[in-house]
Amino acid sequence: MKKITDFRLIEKKEWAKSTYLLLQSDEPLEDIKAGQFVQVKVDDAANTYLRRPISIHDVDYQNRTITLLVQRVGEGTNKISDTEINDTLNIIYPLGNGFTMPEDKDAKVVLVGGGIGIAPMYYLGKVLKEKGLEPVFVLGGRSKEDLIMLDKFSSVGEVYITTNDGSLGEQGFVTQHSVWKEKKFDMIYTCGPKPMMMAVANLARENDICCEVSLENLMACGLGACLCCVENTIEGHVCVCKEGPVMNINKLLW
Amino acid sequence: MVNETIQLNKGLTLKNPVMTASGTFGYGEEYSDFIDLSQIGGILVKGTTLNHREGNPYPRMAETPSGMLNAVGLQNKGIDHFVETIYPRIKDIDTNIIVNVSGSTIEDYCAVAEKVNALENIPAIELNVSCPNVKQGGMAFGVTTSGIEQVVSAVRKVYDKHLIVKLSPNVTSIADLALAAEASGADSVSLINTLLGMAIDAEKRRPKLSTITGGLSGACVKPIALRMVWQVAKAVKIPVIGLGGISSATDAIEFLLAGASAIEIGTANFIDPAITVKVAKGIVEYCERHGIKNVSDLTGALEV
Repeated sequence: MKKITDFRLIEKKEWAKSTYLLLQSDEPLEDIKAGQFVQVKVDDAANTYLRRPISIHDVDYQNRTITLLVQRVGEGTNKISDTEINDTLNIIYPLGNGFTMPEDKDAKVVLVGGGIGIAPMYYLGKVLKEKGLEPVFVLGGRSKEDLIMLDKFSSVGEVYITTNDGSLGEQGFVTQHSVWKEKKFDMIYTCGPKPMMMAVANLARENDICCEVSLENLMACGLGACLCCVENTIEGHVCVCKEGPVMNINKLLW
Repeated sequence: MVNETIQLNKGLTLKNPVMTASGTFGYGEEYSDFIDLSQIGGILVKGTTLNHREGNPYPRMAETPSGMLNAVGLQNKGIDHFVETIYPRIKDIDTNIIVNVSGSTIEDYCAVAEKVNALENIPAIELNVSCPNVKQGGMAFGVTTSGIEQVVSAVRKVYDKHLIVKLSPNVTSIADLALAAEASGADSVSLINTLLGMAIDAEKRRPKLSTITGGLSGACVKPIALRMVWQVAKAVKIPVIGLGGISSATDAIEFLLAGASAIEIGTANFIDPAITVKVAKGIVEYCERHGIKNVSDLTGALEV
């Protein structure tokens, strides 16, 4: 069930462009699927009028916490990133559809994240591992500063890195990593900038691999009411917030 | 005990003056996790046209100071889909389910109105003659008195329940249009629809909306909407339903005082999905505080 809840910030880590926010609710958490997102209320200021959709990086039911990785891209994300310990954030969650879990427990799964798109890949990897799968991460950024929380990813599965400037891992794009030649995968999950996801989708199609992407269209309500965040698909315009954000590439027109 | 009931004409009774604006509340179901839908006066469902419409290309939304622009373009699956699939799901919600009827020709409007007329649990339609986001999206009719007269009188002939006409603010004199709607058989008017606006990404030198222009809504439009409700309420005898930027009980009360009999909440639903019930409660508290027995006594109670 979707809920409006105040979460208190109990832990925070900051990097140049992104922030890790560990948020605790007073109430037990709703059931959250990997790939779902939250709508964060910013404040009532003129330039931050609407909520900001942010993907869920991690969930801990026992401690009633969710974790967000927020990239500073504008006034809204700056204000959310500047939240101080013990301050609360008003959050609507869980929203949208999550990633599909493979039926075959031996399926080889790879999770491809780019930039702040690495955020939902961690919780997905954790859930897949709990289900007995062995997730492999391919994470990319412009430079090493984009790649945060790598220790956490490594605790869940093998991590392969690319950076555009070569400051960490192999130089190039995620789709150019040598791991694609060395390993065979049955399922690709991806989240990141659209050009990256398009490249990943092409790689999946060329190799006949099932692939799900997590989209990030501009949205207002996050509930499927305003019809603003539509993606044009084989079924026509569908709301990314309600029918997505996770979509199978077979449904997309790109 | 404050009496919240609002009696509009033709048997349309609202349990309180708070309704939801079309296009901001889906079919109600999208909000049922957050509120008890039976606690609001009415739900204006998404604009419905004769045929399926895909709407405008993405991007359709731009945040603007204290508001947003949209250019959805009446995306909906058409009236037959509504009748067959959606109506059975929502018809027993214990509130007034009102269909917002849109079209591009008089024949389309009439065909949709006729089909809705046959639905037992739909007590009213809101005729959208004011959508700014589609070519002939009704706004062509809604910006001239003769256009309003043509479409409203034609629909009046085929629709015998409560007929609300939703007015466009993108006109010189909204009161004249309200009078035209009243003379053509409207049972009430609702206003305002969105204001035509525009947003530009200076870095990219491109418009932020695929359609270049779009409809402005949110808190920023409230003073304009309030002024127009005031002007229209003075001009017509039929009830006025006020909307435009209402985000709190105080906002709603201002519209009632300006002459609205009921109000609709739109964009504020996106920010707080439980806002409708909070506004309804806040209106009652205001009445208690001021010793007002009936919420309906607030209508037009502005002292000038």
